Amino acid sequence: MNTHKRNTILFFFFATVLVLLFFMNISFGSISIPFKDVATSLTGGQASKTTWEYIIMNYRLPKAITAILAGMGLSISGLLMQTLFRNPLAGPYVLGLSSGASLGVAFVILGAGILPAFLTPFLLSAYGVVIASTIGSSLVLLAVLFVSQKLRDTMAILIVGLMFGSFTSAIVGVLSYMSTAEQLQKFTFWSMGSLGNLSWTSVFVLAVCVIIGLILSVVSIKPLNALLLGENYARSLGLNYQKSRLIIIVATSVLAGSITAFAGPIAFVGLAVPHLAKLIFQTSNHTILFWSTLIFGGSIMLICDLLSEIPSLNLSLPINAITSIIGAPMVIWLLVRKQKMIG
Amino acid sequence: MEHAILLEASKISIGYSHKKESVVVAADVSIALKTGKLIALIGSNGIGKSTLLKTITGIQKPLSGEVLLLQKNISSYNSLALAKNLSIVLTEKLPPSNLTVYELIALGRQPYTNWIGKLSAEDSDKINEAMQLTQISHLADKKHYEISDGQLQKVLIARALAQDTPLIILDEPTTHLDLLHKVALLKLLKKLTHETGKCILFSTHDIDMAIQMSDEMIIMTPGNVVQDEPCNLIKKGSFNTLFKDEHIVFDAEKGKFVIS
Repeated sequence: MNTHKRNTILFFFFATVLVLLFFMNISFGSISIPFKDVATSLTGGQASKTTWEYIIMNYRLPKAITAILAGMGLSISGLLMQTLFRNPLAGPYVLGLSSGASLGVAFVILGAGILPAFLTPFLLSAYGVVIASTIGSSLVLLAVLFVSQKLRDTMAILIVGLMFGSFTSAIVGVLSYMSTAEQLQKFTFWSMGSLGNLSWTSVFVLAVCVIIGLILSVVSIKPLNALLLGENYARSLGLNYQKSRLIIIVATSVLAGSITAFAGPIAFVGLAVPHLAKLIFQTSNHTILFWSTLIFGGSIMLICDLLSEIPSLNLSLPINAITSIIGAPMVIWLLVRKQKMIG
Repeated sequence: MEHAILLEASKISIGYSHKKESVVVAADVSIALKTGKLIALIGSNGIGKSTLLKTITGIQKPLSGEVLLLQKNISSYNSLALAKNLSIVLTEKLPPSNLTVYELIALGRQPYTNWIGKLSAEDSDKINEAMQLTQISHLADKKHYEISDGQLQKVLIARALAQDTPLIILDEPTTHLDLLHKVALLKLLKKLTHETGKCILFSTHDIDMAIQMSDEMIIMTPGNVVQDEPCNLIKKGSFNTLFKDEHIVFDAEKGKFVIS
């Protein structure tokens, strides 16, 4: 088929772009390092300066990998939610999943004084934060899901998501009132979002979580395609709706929760990237959408990260600011351009 | 042609159970759906057509009695086994998506495809056959929102055909269509039952047309559900019990309703 050929070419093109962006991301940064030294560091050789080698191997490389993991994971969780809720505006940030994850993390970081002391070392470890934020995001998702079954109106679901957002930020406000300056600072830095500063151990934990989420998403591809016809048709096609929905919810919560735990709340990527994939590949077939969303998610996040570290300014901007500056106008443009709001 | 019984319900009562109370919509309902028959389900609004359809498609359980699909209680089927024996066409609007006509029909093959939904050669054959029977092959690459209501209805029927089930149930398939397309659709359904040996049950408000086109009819009236061939139903005067209004009278000679 003709479209098949076109898609294959597009896949190869964008996959190449992703690889190029990955190397660009490592090559550029607030400190300029010659390409030759970047290449030798990556291949295990000795760079001209040991500091350069250290920056590449322990700062830029884990950051680039985190960017790819976060971009892919958030975008896929957005794709799953858009189909599950039959709502083109659904995404981890809009539906309040990131807020839920923030709340979980806030309880762990800010509420450390309230919780029993013997739990503190565990809660503040990488695993504790991940578990807290995954629980937070899945609780919000379950609440949104519960409301969405009472209200068939898709706009109402978005408003409910926003309400959860304000609710959680209010709770975070109350918690911050009761916490120390040090805890507050830690939480504030986390909430601005950052792809850097992750140790190799954290990157490993994040990678495991994202891979689990992605495997669950791949398993959900066929149910997601059935859900394109709506719940009733999907059931008539032999879909075990309860089970499939549970898998989709777990996948989105693990993805959004773990990424938010490590990189902070990152806005709009989860909402915008699936639309980009739908726009370029002109399809609703999740077999194609899954892979294209994966590639676009990784690429977009690498670009945002590149932009956040403008070499000449010698400073790093919070990643959340960049994604919002690019993402918000993009969503408005998408809506204006596509009146029909193709899901 | 032998007409084997596909689905049978004898003296079941249908309705909703809310907590401990149960609301009976219709009692003493007996129907039999046989292969190769086009069967119309008629009755005025709110009489319980949807409840009956939900009950015989296994979405809800009867309050008493059991629905037998191929001699087995329908509630004992798992969702996949049910999907291989029963397909449906609903009145509800499809959610917005970029699905093409071909992809939409291909989704009908889901009960047979592997975990990722890859289409085998047999699947492709069934899809093409369904498109030929409904004469929509030329629409294959169109997006489903680009075609007319009449064409979309055919596409949804093709999807049900691709699902390859002995029984197809349609909920008010003629509702949004004009006279020409209503007739064309019912003709298509009749052709499909006779050519493929499937049983097709559809609910409708177009009684005149249903009398002319269907092999059998199920009439739902308050307190009574009858199933028979249209001409027998006319002889029995069943149509006069359909509406509780003395101004609407069924003219047995013309075979249609007249307003006096």
